[in-house]
Amino acid sequence: MIDTRSGFGAGLTELGKTNPNVVALCADLIGSLKMGDFAKNHPERFFQVGVAEANMIGIAAGLTIGGKIPFTGTFANFSTCRVYDQIRQSVAYAGKNVKICASHAGLTLGEDGATHQTLEDIGLMKMLPGMVVINPCDYNQTKAATIVIADYEGPVYLRFGRPSVPNFTPSDQKFEIGKAVHLERGTDVSIFATGHLVWEALEAQKELASEGISAEIINIHTIKPLDNNAILNSVRKTKCVVTAEEHQRNGGLGDSIAQLLSREIPTPMEMVAVDDTFGESGPPMKLMEKYGLTSKEIVEAAKKAISRK
Amino acid sequence: MPDIQKLEDIATQVRRDIVRMVHANNSGHPGGSLGCTEFFISLYFEIMKHDTNFNMDAINEDLFFLSNGHISPVWYSVLARSGYFPVSELSTFRKIDSRLQGHPATEEGLEGIRMASGSLGQGLSVAIGASHSKKINNDSHLVYTLHGDGELQEGQNWEAIMYAAANKVDNLIATVDYNKKQIDGSLENVLPMGSLKAKFEAFGWMVLEEKNGNDFQSVIDVLNKAKENTGNGKPIVILLHTEMGNGVDFMMGTHKWHGSAPNDEQLVNALSQNAETLGDY
Repeated sequence: MIDTRSGFGAGLTELGKTNPNVVALCADLIGSLKMGDFAKNHPERFFQVGVAEANMIGIAAGLTIGGKIPFTGTFANFSTCRVYDQIRQSVAYAGKNVKICASHAGLTLGEDGATHQTLEDIGLMKMLPGMVVINPCDYNQTKAATIVIADYEGPVYLRFGRPSVPNFTPSDQKFEIGKAVHLERGTDVSIFATGHLVWEALEAQKELASEGISAEIINIHTIKPLDNNAILNSVRKTKCVVTAEEHQRNGGLGDSIAQLLSREIPTPMEMVAVDDTFGESGPPMKLMEKYGLTSKEIVEAAKKAISRK
Repeated sequence: MPDIQKLEDIATQVRRDIVRMVHANNSGHPGGSLGCTEFFISLYFEIMKHDTNFNMDAINEDLFFLSNGHISPVWYSVLARSGYFPVSELSTFRKIDSRLQGHPATEEGLEGIRMASGSLGQGLSVAIGASHSKKINNDSHLVYTLHGDGELQEGQNWEAIMYAAANKVDNLIATVDYNKKQIDGSLENVLPMGSLKAKFEAFGWMVLEEKNGNDFQSVIDVLNKAKENTGNGKPIVILLHTEMGNGVDFMMGTHKWHGSAPNDEQLVNALSQNAETLGDY
């Protein structure tokens, strides 16, 4: 069990050694973002901006002029909601090579409560033309994604979290932007999950299997660009869908997949997501239970989707 | 010594470009554009080392960011008259399929533009990033910016102002177009800002103030003085007092022409006050 943010920190440490153009900025959350190693090892390439996220995004955009590859770090809420216009104009519209790295996304931020628990960030970021949106599932995948996005030219939003969660992605698995990962093959229902919900989907698969239901589990770590082929190929086989994510139903992964399927293969579909409400304080896993983001709800959704075929 | 007559001749042509571009669309921002004509021409024809063979990364050349992007007409005119792109392209300003967007943009690949601006208050942060990039690259060239005075009402500026002083961003010369007017009226009426000089000094900047921001020799002198003071551990700001609408008598002394276009008759009047020296586009 280990947190995905530590995967980001480890990836950044690695980039510090291997890519001299990588620079990093942080808005007074070095410890929370696990950016301490990079800050210590490369003080000439690290910028502590203080509690001033708008300024951080602008500085990052400017650093790209001259060939730097900036990674910004703060909580997901302050990485998106607080600085949306700065990202829209100075990063996305201007086409700058900035990597917006966002920790403590979603309900699993926990006790700090709804002011800090963004459940809207995927939607906000995926609406921006040209923005890549990545939400890895565990430590190994977050580390791999962090390293890979440095070699991708263009703006990227990388979303990860605070709590310790199972680390099941092989440490040598190559991360490919926009390429879904098949975790289990199945024939009765396709379950597309992202971030922390991927593990819950795997748990749900075992439960469903014990009841004789064959679920296909696909990890959609990249919400934009979406792996249309992987999704359509799976749906052609199973003919019903469940999506699972730690995000509002509006604007999230389920919303993207629903758009794709409504155009290509209208299919019965259930969405496990937060239903148009804010979060609250509490232990991360208790919140996931209260807001219906566990394997239990995925199992129920799968049965419902199958019944609608 | 700069050839002031030559610069004055460029200025009347740039003013013609500005009023013609805005008139042709019945939209755009002539007031601030006219007020900053001398500043832009000084920067591009006298002060900056820059290459019209455009390169986004600007290695080994000076850089300029326009934070108050709405005065794009003067920038487009000066870029074209400097040789960045054909002067004839000025006729496409604000029209469909143009590289000359209402506010500056990079998406269409217009040479000379390195950042989108228009939503106010973002340019200083970007310039700080570019200044950092130059230092990391051991590039001793400078970063210049222009900001509206009303634009300083946006809070992000003060994040950037605080940061630049704390981090000794001393390869940066910011200029404030201090015309004391904004869309809804005078700064005093909309949101009094007190002493900008005292505010910047309190934040740790070196402040230069120039009362004659529409006089070429004065503008060049203050920019040269700023250059001489770079590398001393402090960011530098020039409070450049300008006259909105300068060079077109009926546009001066009022905020009315911040974002309004002249009609046919007013265009003829404005052009009659500014000689065609380099050939209209």
